[in-house]
Amino acid sequence: MAEYNMHILVCGGTGCKASQSELIKTNFTDKLNEYGLTDEIQVILTGCFGFCEKGPIVKILPDNTFYTQVTPEDVAEIVDEHLIKGRKVERLLFIDPETKETVGDSKGMDFYKKQIRIALRNCGFINPENIEEYIGRDGYAALGTCLSEKSPEEVIKMIKDSGLRGRGGGGFPTGLKWELTRKSVSNQKYVVCNADEGDPGAFMDRSILEGDPHSVLEAMAICGYCIGADNGLVYIRAEYPLAIERLKIAINQAREYGLLGDDILGTGFNFDVEIRYGAGAFVCGEETALIHSMEGKRGEPTVKPPFPAEKGYNGKPTNVNNVETFANIPVIINKGAEWFASIGTEKSKGTKVFALAGKINNVGLIEVPMGITLREIIYDIGGGIKDGREFKAVQTGGPSGGCLTKSFLDTPIDYDNLVAAGSMMGSGGMIVLDDSDCMVAIAKFYLEFTLDESCGKCTPCRIGNKRLHEILEKITGGNGELEDLNRLRMLSNVIKDTSLCGLGQTSPNPVLSTLDNFYDEYLAHVTTHKCLAGQCKALMHYSIDAERCTGCTLCFRNCPVGAISGEKRSPHYIDQSLCIKCGVCAAKCKFDAVLIA
Amino acid sequence: MNKIKSLADLKKLQSEVQSKIKLRENGDNPENLIQIKVSMATCGIASGAKDTMNYLIEELDQQGIDAIVTQTGCMGYCYAEPTIELTVPGQPPVVYGFVNKTKALEIIEKHIKLNEMVDGIIPVAYSTIDNH
Repeated sequence: MAEYNMHILVCGGTGCKASQSELIKTNFTDKLNEYGLTDEIQVILTGCFGFCEKGPIVKILPDNTFYTQVTPEDVAEIVDEHLIKGRKVERLLFIDPETKETVGDSKGMDFYKKQIRIALRNCGFINPENIEEYIGRDGYAALGTCLSEKSPEEVIKMIKDSGLRGRGGGGFPTGLKWELTRKSVSNQKYVVCNADEGDPGAFMDRSILEGDPHSVLEAMAICGYCIGADNGLVYIRAEYPLAIERLKIAINQAREYGLLGDDILGTGFNFDVEIRYGAGAFVCGEETALIHSMEGKRGEPTVKPPFPAEKGYNGKPTNVNNVETFANIPVIINKGAEWFASIGTEKSKGTKVFALAGKINNVGLIEVPMGITLREIIYDIGGGIKDGREFKAVQTGGPSGGCLTKSFLDTPIDYDNLVAAGSMMGSGGMIVLDDSDCMVAIAKFYLEFTLDESCGKCTPCRIGNKRLHEILEKITGGNGELEDLNRLRMLSNVIKDTSLCGLGQTSPNPVLSTLDNFYDEYLAHVTTHKCLAGQCKALMHYSIDAERCTGCTLCFRNCPVGAISGEKRSPHYIDQSLCIKCGVCAAKCKFDAVLIA
Repeated sequence: MNKIKSLADLKKLQSEVQSKIKLRENGDNPENLIQIKVSMATCGIASGAKDTMNYLIEELDQQGIDAIVTQTGCMGYCYAEPTIELTVPGQPPVVYGFVNKTKALEIIEKHIKLNEMVDGIIPVAYSTIDNH
């Protein structure tokens, strides 16, 4: 078979797919067909490149050209200019926001310079629907080595030595978890992959399953070998259709190649993987609730102990790990525990994938070594705050986490430092906030999410969070009193101490963390009834400056509730009892006569 | 597809399929590799640059030499097509003119393998904005 001279990698992650990346691929194939170049140039749909802000991404190799925001119409130009004549299409190259120069090569982009991609090593590099490309990248070599050359104890020792901790949020040492499950005596054990990613704005696990599903399957088989299980289950939410489809393809291919099933690689080891669908409930990311959901019961958590390592799925010992944790395993086996342990900080080894979202220039998926600072992530990789505004805080850990303020910009990020700073690693969602975000409203937003997702089994979480939310509603509605701030804190602590599972125990964190870090904002809401960020509508006061108003009647005609009155060519007036503070008058006024206070 | 029966089988398959994505691996580290740019404008293609390029790719592959062969636009030496620009890591690029298959083989055997320049070098008579 002739080797291809050129490869065109088109991003096939969910984000880029939504921007027609499949059509881009089809257009490339059609155009190459037209020119008779299909034997020389290969077009591949890969997993996520991470640079979602500028998607769809198209990468051309061997010259490593990185095209951004490609449309299906651009394909003809890329083929004619770049592929045929060898001239890069300048207008589609990435423009460095600081130097304003085009960067042709992804290696020259600040976005990639500080990243170390271990869990994402194959995302945006291989075709996730082709097992051979994975094998070509050392795929299944780790499984082969474990089965043929290492005892389960040796493998567990390697994982322990590597210092890998659970990437789902808790940060429990992975090797120790495996060892505990191995020690449980039973005729049947299970390996479960937790792909129930529920934090708002987080998409690390989805991208790994979409871009490199085999790495997870391989790691699950290795885990099965270590703990003595021959059954693996992936618990994934049904709202991840692309990840499910690619996972199914991967499972079938692995079975076909004899890398899943009976007598894997002639070693007598049997292991197979099934998929279980979740209905997208946040609480099912908690391992006991997840196991109940898989058993067909209500997705409600139960008290630990017993831990799943002793009594899990169907009452049998079960090892639950998160997608990203699994994706690290094959690399640790291939490159060694010392290599992995050399990356990161003293107690947090390796890398972490973060989903960057919010008011940041480069929204996307990044993988950085532990110990990197927030400043590096936000300003070097993330390209700074949108529209040149002021950085206010970063929300990490989702609805269970907290906010990190400016004073933490230079703190090295790892599990323990984040907890010490009043937040947590969580699964890796990172939402950047600027000075136009009201922290009380942010706390309320996360609490709304928790309210929706609370399973209702225990009282503190079901009723306590509701009461917390009511107090926040009262504050943002302009009726807060100073005493409410103490009530918030007291109630939060009670919910934390008395809730049954992780969801309730952590749900007041956004409230507590914003209370600690932005007390003055809360204070302004309850004393002077002002929202410093100008976000809480009920606290705004609209009035018309009689000097500036020309009486053009534009605001009068646009006010949806008829709160504005006045004669033509004379100053208008807003009736405060009718005003709903929608801001339409201010937006419509051509003379800046509407005052907002 | 037959099932993979052992670790040795897996390693065999791995070495077979590695070549399919080698181009992508190399593309990630272009500065450490031999790079050849083949001038493929109208004049170059008319003079057989495409054959030269295919030959270079095949021959380098058969000899197991890791190199990045790409095409580029007109270099301006239309009288000497096909022209190629060869960059050995750590050395300045060299442009060869009239590169047919025989010449291409000579360049591989002498310049790439033994680091001895061969006849047919076009002296660089211009500067680019990069080195200004």
